[in-house]
Amino acid sequence: MRNNLRNVSKYGAFHVAEARVRNMAKWAGIILFEAVINPTLYLVSIGIGVGSLVNANQGSAGVGGVDYLTFLAPALLASAAIQGSTDEVIFPTMAGFKWYKTFFGMRSTPLTARQISLGVFMGSMIRTVVSVVIYWIVLYLFGALESDTAWLAIPAALFAGAAMASIGIALAGKIENEDFFFTIVGRFIMIPMFLFSGTFYPLSKMPVFLQFFGWISPLWHAAELGRFLTYGYHLSPLAIAIHISVLAAMIGFGLTASFRIFENRLEK
Amino acid sequence: MTESLIHARGLTKIYGDFVAVDGIDFDVAKGESFGFLGPNGAGKSTTMRIIGATSVRTSGTLTILGKDPEVNGPQIRAHLGVVPQQDNLDMELTVSENIYIYGRYFGLSSKFINKKIPDLLEFAQLEEKKDVKVQALSGGMKRRLTIARSLVSEPDILMLDEPTTGLDPQARHILWDRLFRLKEQGVTLLITTHYMDEAEQLCDRLIVMDKGKIMAENSPAQLIKDYSTKEVLELRFGSDRNSEMVDVLKPLAARIEELPDRILLYAEDGEALLEQIAAKGIHPNTSLVRRSSLEDVFLRLTGRSLVE
Repeated sequence: MRNNLRNVSKYGAFHVAEARVRNMAKWAGIILFEAVINPTLYLVSIGIGVGSLVNANQGSAGVGGVDYLTFLAPALLASAAIQGSTDEVIFPTMAGFKWYKTFFGMRSTPLTARQISLGVFMGSMIRTVVSVVIYWIVLYLFGALESDTAWLAIPAALFAGAAMASIGIALAGKIENEDFFFTIVGRFIMIPMFLFSGTFYPLSKMPVFLQFFGWISPLWHAAELGRFLTYGYHLSPLAIAIHISVLAAMIGFGLTASFRIFENRLEK
Repeated sequence: MTESLIHARGLTKIYGDFVAVDGIDFDVAKGESFGFLGPNGAGKSTTMRIIGATSVRTSGTLTILGKDPEVNGPQIRAHLGVVPQQDNLDMELTVSENIYIYGRYFGLSSKFINKKIPDLLEFAQLEEKKDVKVQALSGGMKRRLTIARSLVSEPDILMLDEPTTGLDPQARHILWDRLFRLKEQGVTLLITTHYMDEAEQLCDRLIVMDKGKIMAENSPAQLIKDYSTKEVLELRFGSDRNSEMVDVLKPLAARIEELPDRILLYAEDGEALLEQIAAKGIHPNTSLVRRSSLEDVFLRLTGRSLVE
C-alpha cells in the first residue's frame, strides 16, 4: 500500500517536526548568528563587566563561593534555551492556526491534532538543542565553564526550554487575536522571568514577595539544577526533587493542555 | 451496480442552536463527479468537513469507503485529497517542499514522493516555479499547487471546496481543465461551488442545498429539465418600470421572476415570446434570450439567487 498508515500513527509527530526543521532551515543564518552573538554580548557586558565588580567587592562570597561567571553561566544557558524554544513554538503556532493556516492543511491528512502539537514541540526542541550547544561552546571559550561536569548544564537548560515550550504552545494555541500577545509575553513574562529568577544573584537575596517569581519560573529551577550539576553548588536532595518535579509538571501540564486546545480547534 | 464510496443518511450538524446541516441523505458512487451547489452558508463546507473526517457530525449515519469517520478518522483521511476553500500552504517553503512535506504527513517515503513531484509539478504547470517560495506565487498558482499537493497521496476521493472562488476567468479555465483530466482518470470528485457554470461543467450529478437542506438532486441537465423551461427571456425596463411590467407580462410566460434589475420570463421558445411581446406594443430597454441554467433551477427552488 502506497500510504503507510501505520507509519503515520507511529511517527506522525516526527513528520511535523521534519517540516518545522525545513522551515527553520530558511532562517538558519539568523538562528546561528543569534546563538553566537547573544552569549558573547552577555558575557562581555554582564559576566565580565559586572562580574569584575562583584568579584572585587563581595568576592566570591556574594554568589556562593565561586567566580561570578561560573555562577552566572548555568542561568544564562537556561535562559537561552527558554528564549529559543518559546520563539520556536509561538510563531509556528500562530502561523499554523492563523497566519498561514497550515495546521488546517495538516489535519486533512492522517495526522491527528495531538501529533501536530507534539511535532511543533519537538521541532522547537531540535532548534533549542542547537542553540544551547552553541551557547555552551561560547561560555566554554570565555572560561565560564571549568569543572569536568560543566556539560551537565546543557540537559538542565534543555529541561527549562522544554517546560517553557510546552506551556508556550498551549498559550499560543489559545490566542485568537495576537495584537497584544507578543507584547504581554515579552514584557510581562519573559523579561521579569529573566530578571527575577536568581539569574544574576541568588534568589535568597531578594525580598520574599519577589522570590515568588523564581518559584514559578522554569528558569530558576533549571538554573539551580545547572549550578548543582556544574560546580557542586549545594542543593538538598529534597530541593533537587522539587526542581525536577516542578519542571516535569510544567511539561506535563503544557503538553496536555496543548493537546486539548489543538483538538478543540482542529477536530470539532 | 457501482459501489457507493460515500453513504449519508440523516446527516446533521448543529452548532449551538444553529442547524448548519439539516438531516441530508446522499450517496456518491466510485468515479463519479458529485457537486454541492448552493449559496454561501448553505451548509456545503460543513458537509465537506464532516466527510473529510475533520468535523464530528451531530447525528445521522455516514460511511466513507465503508468506514465511520468518527471512529476511523485517520484511516479515512489517508484516502482523501482535500483542497480547502482557503489555501493553507506553507508560505515559507518552496513549491516542491510543500508537496514533499505534505506527502510525509501521509507517511509516504521520501523516495516515493521525490519520484512523484515532477509529475505533480507538470500537472500544476509549476515546473519553472519549483524552487520558488510559495509566498511569491499568484492566486491561481497557489490554487493549482494546493490541488497538486492533495494528489501526492494518490487519493481515492478528491474533495474541492469552492475551487475557483477568487480566480480570474483564465485561471479558472486552466483549473477546470486539470480537474477534467482527473475525472478522466477515474478519480472521484466532490465539489462544492456557488457558481452554476462550474457545477454544470464539472459535475455528473449534484445536490442543490439551501439552509442546510437538500432542495433537489440530479444531473445538471435533468435538474434544468425538471425545474425550468428550455429558454429564458431576460427583459430590462429600467428599475422603476420593472414591477409594473410584471403584471402585464405574467399571462404570456410559463413562469415569471422579478429580480431587482431585470425580469425573467420562462418559455420553451424565447424568441417567439419576445415577438409576441413586441406585437403587443411592449418595448423593453434591452432583451436577451438564453438557455436555462442551474441559476434558474436555484431561483425556482428557493426564490433567491445563488450569488447575492
